[in-house]
Amino acid sequence: MSPEMIRLIAAATGETLLMVAIAAGIGTLLGLPLGVFLATSGKGELFAAPWVNRVLGAIVNATRSTPFIILVVAIIPFTRLIAGTSIGTNAAIVPLTVAATPFIARLIEGSIREVDQGLIEAARAFGASPLQIVLKVLIPEALPAIVLGLTLALVSLVGYSAMVGAVGGGGLGDLGIRYGYQRFMPEMMLAVVVVLIVLVQALQSLGDRLSRHLNKRARQA
Amino acid sequence: MNAATGYLDPQGHQRLVPAEQIVRLEGVSKTFAGRHGAPVTALEGIDLAVPQGSVLGVIGRSGAGKSTLIRLVNGLEKPSSGRVIVDGADIAALPEAALRHARRSIGMIFQHFNLLSSRTAADNIALPLEVAGFDKAAIKSRVGELLALVGLSDKHNRYPAELSGGQKQRVGIARALATNPKVLLSDEATSALDPETTRSILDLLARINAELGLTILLITHEMAVIRSIAREVAVIEGGRIVEKGNVFDVFTRPQHEVTRSFLADETGRALPAYVASRIQPEAVAGGQAILRIGFRGPHATDPVLARLARDLDIEANILAGSVDEIAGRPCGILVIGVPEASLGPTLTFLKQYGLDTEVLGHVA
Repeated sequence: MSPEMIRLIAAATGETLLMVAIAAGIGTLLGLPLGVFLATSGKGELFAAPWVNRVLGAIVNATRSTPFIILVVAIIPFTRLIAGTSIGTNAAIVPLTVAATPFIARLIEGSIREVDQGLIEAARAFGASPLQIVLKVLIPEALPAIVLGLTLALVSLVGYSAMVGAVGGGGLGDLGIRYGYQRFMPEMMLAVVVVLIVLVQALQSLGDRLSRHLNKRARQA
Repeated sequence: MNAATGYLDPQGHQRLVPAEQIVRLEGVSKTFAGRHGAPVTALEGIDLAVPQGSVLGVIGRSGAGKSTLIRLVNGLEKPSSGRVIVDGADIAALPEAALRHARRSIGMIFQHFNLLSSRTAADNIALPLEVAGFDKAAIKSRVGELLALVGLSDKHNRYPAELSGGQKQRVGIARALATNPKVLLSDEATSALDPETTRSILDLLARINAELGLTILLITHEMAVIRSIAREVAVIEGGRIVEKGNVFDVFTRPQHEVTRSFLADETGRALPAYVASRIQPEAVAGGQAILRIGFRGPHATDPVLARLARDLDIEANILAGSVDEIAGRPCGILVIGVPEASLGPTLTFLKQYGLDTEVLGHVA
């Protein structure tokens, strides 16, 4: 492998990590409150607002059911508005974030819903407000599951980030398409795939370790 | 003790409540919207008062409405009609913020403990104090006191998963006591525990009642729980209180079928199978009458059967029996058979001793 190739791969890996990190960061910032709200706004729940819940749920489902590659193209005007362009790494962050947010929201909703209802009852019984229940009971109790969910989201985002390469985003996907496919450099394609595998493995085992560390449920006496 | 405190009813009228009744349910009914639209009545016409410093047990089968009843007291459920007064405040009429404040003086413990798995024992106990806005130093010292009170000082750093069931319930009790409540609600707190652990938890509750003067309202489906710590008992069935009074009276002279069936579940109170299978309502000539005698009060320890034989020459046949202690007083139940011809004199004789006698039936 030439030093030039290594340089390209390193740069593309950096771009991928940047895209994934920013999309996951903003996605979590928006998805966490959205997910918590989805999990607590059903009929008879802490922030009961069944209609808002239904409308938000429908929007989330619509975004989630649109194939990512179509989403990327469909929101190009929005991407231009935010990033000033629809091509390149910065532009790719926009559709990645738009896809990540509802995905993360659903994962967080699921994690929160897994928390034992008895804990909510106990917290209400000692005088906690709905917001205190969310901050002091639901999120801490759901944290191990939330970490696993975010790990899944990160891994999916790595895959999505490779897809935006097909429509002019930067990163490893872009490198693989342009060099590996369009310039017939199978070794480049292979290198890109290997880097992606390593990246995903590293993210997953990091997430698993963190979740296990946070989970106090199964400790031996 | 006779001081009266007032509360404002929803119409704004000043009402007076004797202060010694810390919890009062007045004409409370609760109806839920059923699955198919038809309303389901969980509680109907409940009147119940818990005197300050007492231990009142509500016993009922599952589905009798006892869970709903206890949840009315801290406003986790709202009554469909009637009033729930706790420490002078009408719980059902309180706005949300005031209700949250009122809940700090009503502790609650649960069958499945409901501890946060992500917090240590000490941090679980600290949670109600954090919620109430206490500062760190105050929380730390209060948590230390509570851990000592429930005998878990050495476990402060353990997570619930590292504790036994009894230890978890002790943490639950400490958490419930954190904000110095006036009332403790116990929702089947020992139902998930083995008999020995149950006893130790009940001992702890009895000690808290005695030492802190804390009023306890507990619900259970276990007679043994009522027997060991309650002074007052209410029997609930089909959403109604069918019998209530002090534990000794209700247990020794049960009036309602449900109460009797609870008592029959206990050893020594049920008829032996060979009698139960042959017993019938009509007398048979030459057969035996089956009597249940409750030994309570001053004659509980008198040798009554020996005197029956000596004075009247009636030979009683002992079929089943038990001697027990309820609320610190001796109490025995004896099931005997006497010849049909001697039934009249036997009843008269037993009545002289003031013993409760019930003719259960007859066997050939």
